[in-house]
Amino acid sequence: MRAASASGVWGFWFDVVRNLFGWFRLVGREFRTRRGRFLVTSLPMLWLALFFLVPFLIVLKISFSQAVFGQVPPYTALVEHAADGAVSLRLHASNYAMLLSDPLYVSAYLKSLLFASVSTGFCLLLGYPIAYGIARARPSMRLVLLVLVVLPFWTSSLLRTYALMGILKANGLLGQVLSAIALVEPGWGILYSDAAVYVGIVYNYLPFMILPLTATLMRLDFTLLEAAEDLGAKPWHAFMRITLPLSMPGIIAGALLVFIPAVGEFVIPDILGGPDALTIGRVLWIEFFTNRDWPLAAAVTIAMLVLIVAPTLLFEYVENRRADQEAANT
Amino acid sequence: MNATPGNPPATEPWRDPAAQPFVRIEGVTKTFGKVYACDEVTLDIYRGEFFALLGGSGSGKSTLLRILAGLEQPDRGRIMIDGVDVTRLPPYRRSVNMMFQSYALFPHMTVAQNIAFGLRQDKLPAAEIRDRVQHMLELVRMPQLGDRKPHQLSGGQRQRVALARALAKQPKLLLLDEPLGALDKRLREHTQFELVNIQERVGTTFIMVTHDQEEAMTMSSRIAVMDTGRIVQVSTPAVLYEYPATRFVAEFIGGINLFEGRVLSSDEDTGMVRIQCDHLEAELLARHTDPLPEGTAVSIAVRPEKIDVHEAPPPRGTVATENVVEGRVADVAYLGDVSIYRVKTASGAIIRVQETHVARSSEPHYDWDDTLWLSWEAASAVVLTA
Repeated sequence: MRAASASGVWGFWFDVVRNLFGWFRLVGREFRTRRGRFLVTSLPMLWLALFFLVPFLIVLKISFSQAVFGQVPPYTALVEHAADGAVSLRLHASNYAMLLSDPLYVSAYLKSLLFASVSTGFCLLLGYPIAYGIARARPSMRLVLLVLVVLPFWTSSLLRTYALMGILKANGLLGQVLSAIALVEPGWGILYSDAAVYVGIVYNYLPFMILPLTATLMRLDFTLLEAAEDLGAKPWHAFMRITLPLSMPGIIAGALLVFIPAVGEFVIPDILGGPDALTIGRVLWIEFFTNRDWPLAAAVTIAMLVLIVAPTLLFEYVENRRADQEAANT
Repeated sequence: MNATPGNPPATEPWRDPAAQPFVRIEGVTKTFGKVYACDEVTLDIYRGEFFALLGGSGSGKSTLLRILAGLEQPDRGRIMIDGVDVTRLPPYRRSVNMMFQSYALFPHMTVAQNIAFGLRQDKLPAAEIRDRVQHMLELVRMPQLGDRKPHQLSGGQRQRVALARALAKQPKLLLLDEPLGALDKRLREHTQFELVNIQERVGTTFIMVTHDQEEAMTMSSRIAVMDTGRIVQVSTPAVLYEYPATRFVAEFIGGINLFEGRVLSSDEDTGMVRIQCDHLEAELLARHTDPLPEGTAVSIAVRPEKIDVHEAPPPRGTVATENVVEGRVADVAYLGDVSIYRVKTASGAIIRVQETHVARSSEPHYDWDDTLWLSWEAASAVVLTA
């Protein structure tokens, strides 16, 4: 009995693992065929469809309904079956009209874009020299440095943001140090200000800038810099004409990795920002949890997505066309 | 530089005591940790030379080239180029350009932009840059390919772009790090001559680093052989081949037979040295200009192609049979133009012999286990004491 039940449990996992290996084998064998390629791409496609596309469509659907309070779910149905058997589809555009008409939303979007773009700029300025240093370090040292960059992730972002409160508040650690060297008056602090939000975002997202930059800079052939100097370029010119253009893929990847989540960031402006640091993330929270207006919250989300995705897609399109043209020249 | 008969210093300035060297390397020493990459290297190179630094890996030849380019700083010593001390100048202030072994072409720039890079640094007018780039493209025979990116070129084309880029600034001195190292054998032979051709046309002094003795012999006016950071011998290819100064040079340049022995006697008037060779269990004769004291340990070096082969014992007493050794054929290698025989003597030593195929024949002349008599002139043997 016992043996049978054990074989039942273990047999199940055994089958799972075996099927998984079978799948890999199949993919490996048919990798070059159409079917093989389809199998390889089907897994990420399925994942994205289940966990991105379907939720997105649900949110999109909700954004076109109207809020109804006191019922579950708290919004009107999009598709209704009338008594006479007809099916009616009701789309409410009022939520989107609201986003445009109420200056609160427009200013929240602008504020979010400002926070995100300035923070991305600071991350780049801080992250580039760090990434350059890591890329040029000895391989053994490089690993240590990379671990140190990632190490803060071992602690929850929320905890680290709360810790920043203690540093940035009036008479906090930063204020004490700066007043000790007589740079500021005692009692100085920047908590609950835009500056604190910038500090928080830059601190939290810096690794996302450093990692892709390091990867790109590590692939850079440093003989190219020697060649540039040999041809008469001073170190600064060699950097501007060789290193910087060749590290562009890393800069773009890092900037997107920082910019996109920073636009929707809720926790950092909520904890560190003042009342006027009203970002799109905070507006979303208020609409959803305080006002319980699901459709409006959904519309805010969709608008934010369009705002972020549009430039990304445009960039992808331009980049692909450039790559295609280059390939066509061959 | 027109060479007129009876005026050899024009083409061989190193023989002219009055000639001023163009590049002077004085006591240059460079260490990496405890390893001496360059150890007290002193070398004079003259204007218009195609000079080769030849050596195995770790011989310090590449480090010396990088010191000339300014990419490394020597610990001690001085580099003078055209009478100016450049030892402490950074690479971008030297009128020296380098062709890198990996070519180091900028992947994000077109061929024309690559060639123009150095000219742009000098802030030349755009029209002049365009003309110079086109001129360089024509020099390396690829005038139509200026708009290509490096990844769209073949290995040979990339090599030519690297050369054009390094020459575009009309440097006083061009450094080439294994310029043909990345090319396949056929292309390499072709490019050797092309490179020499271009050097003659532009008249720039070339210093090349190579580990390939054939490449160095074909292309250069003089060769410096390097070993573990030191210069062992500096000579023309012919002198290096016929009169190697040490065992290292003798073995590095071409194939050679080395026999160890001790001096029995040496005749100061004829320069003839009698040597007891334990290796061959024979007494050998060789010529050496300086008298050697009795008992000196020496090596006798004989090139395989300087040994004559006989199927019967050759008559003694002629110049050609000053040295005769008997042996059996142990190995035969037919190479088309020549055959190489490895002949084993009674004492167990192996002698390499090369026979040129003058007459057309599908067979090597001699077969395994044939008994042969090998002979060579005393003047063909080199006596090495180091």
